[in-house]
Amino acid sequence: MEYLTPVIIMGGISLFLSLVIIVASKYLAEYGPCTITVNDEKQLEVTGGESLLSSLFTQKIFIPSACGGKGSCGYCRVKVTSGGGELLPTELPYLSPEERENHMRLSCQLKVKNDLNVVIPEEYLSIKEYKAKVKESRDLTYDIKEIRFQLLLVDQPEFKFKPGQYIQFHVPNSKGEIIYRAYSLSSIPSTPGEIELIVRLVPGGVGSTYIHNLKKGDECVISGPYGDFFLHERSEADVLCVGGGAGMAPLKSIVYSLFEKKTNRKVYFYFGVRATKDLFYLEEFEALAKEHPNFHYFFALSSPEETDEWEGETGFIHLILDKHLKEDQEREAYLCGPPIMIDAVIKVLKEKGVDDDHIYYDKF
Amino acid sequence: MDILAIFIAAIFTQNIALAYFLGMCPFIAVSGDLRTASGMSMAVTFVMTIAAAATWPVYHKLLVPFHVEYLQYVIFILVIAALVQIVEMVIERSSPTLYNSMGVFLPLITVNCAILGVTLFMIVRDYTYIESLVYSFGSGIGWGLAILAMAAIREKLRFANVPEGLKGPGITMIIAGLMAMGFMGFAGMLSQ
Repeated sequence: MEYLTPVIIMGGISLFLSLVIIVASKYLAEYGPCTITVNDEKQLEVTGGESLLSSLFTQKIFIPSACGGKGSCGYCRVKVTSGGGELLPTELPYLSPEERENHMRLSCQLKVKNDLNVVIPEEYLSIKEYKAKVKESRDLTYDIKEIRFQLLLVDQPEFKFKPGQYIQFHVPNSKGEIIYRAYSLSSIPSTPGEIELIVRLVPGGVGSTYIHNLKKGDECVISGPYGDFFLHERSEADVLCVGGGAGMAPLKSIVYSLFEKKTNRKVYFYFGVRATKDLFYLEEFEALAKEHPNFHYFFALSSPEETDEWEGETGFIHLILDKHLKEDQEREAYLCGPPIMIDAVIKVLKEKGVDDDHIYYDKF
Repeated sequence: MDILAIFIAAIFTQNIALAYFLGMCPFIAVSGDLRTASGMSMAVTFVMTIAAAATWPVYHKLLVPFHVEYLQYVIFILVIAALVQIVEMVIERSSPTLYNSMGVFLPLITVNCAILGVTLFMIVRDYTYIESLVYSFGSGIGWGLAILAMAAIREKLRFANVPEGLKGPGITMIIAGLMAMGFMGFAGMLSQ
C-alpha cells in the first residue's frame, strides 16, 4: 500500500488530465476542412488547426523555413490576401511596416482556421521533394566532405536550379522527428539527376553529423531549390567570387557553371581559410586556370600555423581584396561565408566603387 | 494573516522576478517591446492565478490525505501544463482578440519556473485557499510590473550608447540587477 498509493495517484491524475485534453482538443481545436486558395488558381483541401506552413507542407508546397516553424528566422513569409485575421505579436518582429501593409504573414505562426487566400511566389511552387541516393562521399579536409547524390526521380520532372541556390536536407533526429537543414549546392545545373554538396562537420550539429555519416548507397530526402542568391547569367561584367570557411559550395557551382558555358567574362575567385589544413580544391582550380586564361584564383590563410609551408597570400580576405582590386571597374560580386567576413568585404567593395545592386551575398 | 499585506508583499517586497529571480527567461527575452511585454505580463498573471487555484485543492485534498506530499513537484507540473493547454484552446476558440493579445504567450510559459515557484511557495507558507489566490494574483502583478518597467527602460535604451559587448541580454541583466537592488528598498515596508 505504501508504494501503491503514489502510483495510483500519479497514474490517476495523468489519466484524468490526458482524457480532459483529448476531449478538449476534439471539441475545441478541431476546425474541420478548410480550403486554401493559392494564387487564385489552385485550391487545396486541408484539415484546419495546423499552421499554414505545415498545411502547405502536407500539400507538397515547400516554403523556405530555416528554424523549422519556431518563429525565429522569419523566412516563411507569404502574402495572405484574405482569411488571415489580425497580425500576431509573435510575427511583428519579422515584418517591416511595408510588409504589414502588404498582408505579409509568417506562415509558421498563422493557424489555418478558415478558408484562406494566399499568394505564393512561382519559384516556391517549383520547390519539390526528392529522394536521393549517396553516390560518392570523400574527405576534402579533416572536417569537410564532398558528397555526390544521385536523385531518384520517380514521377517528377528533372531537378532544375540556378548556380548558387540551396536545398533543404531532411534529417531524422534522435526523437524520430524530421528536421531541416539548408545546404548550398556545389554541382552545376547541367548534370541532370545528380547533385553535390560540400558539408563541414559542425561539432554537435545534427545535420552535418548525419550527412558525414552517410555511406554510399544510403537513401535520403531533400527539397529544393531555394534561395535568391544565384548567378546572373545575362550580364557581361567581370565576376568576383569571394568566400571563406564553409562558403565554397555555391561559389564552386557559380565558377564551374560559367566555364561550362565557355564564358568570356573575367572570373576572379578569392577564398580565405585559417591554415593549410583547411585548404581544398587547389588542384581543381589550378587545372581550371590552366584551361581558361580568364580565370584567376587566390587562396589566403588568415592564421597559418608555424609548420605551414605557404607561399601564397596571408591575412584576412577583405584586406587582400583591398590590395588587389582596382577602382571603378564594372564588376558583379558574389559573396558567401560567415557574416563578419561578408560585412567586411562589402565595405571594401563599396570603397572600390562596386555598385550596391551588383553585390550578391549569402550569409551563414 | 492580513490579505492586503500578502497582496502588497507579493507585488513589492517578495517580487517573484526581482527578489527571487524566477521567470528570468521570458523576463529577459520578451522585454524588448512594451506591447509584447504587456501581453506577456497579462498571460503570466492569469496563468499564475489559475495555477494556484487548481494546485491548492490537489495538494490539500489529494496529496495530504494520502501522505504523498513529495509528489507535489511532478503533479504540479502536470496539472499546470494541462491546464494551460486547455485554457489556450478555449481562448483560441472563443475570443480571437484575447488570443492575439495574450493567448499566443500561453505555450511559452506553460512550464515556467515563476509559475511553479508561486505554487510551491504557497504550500510552504501554508496559505489558505483565499490567501493563495491573492498571493498568486499579486505575484503575477509584481512580475508584470517588473517586466513592464524593464520594457520601458529598454525602449529608452535603444537610443543609448551601450558598449558592443553588453548589447542585448548583457545590459538587460545589469539593469535587472539594479532594479532588484531598488526593490530591496521595499523590504522595510512590510515584514512578511
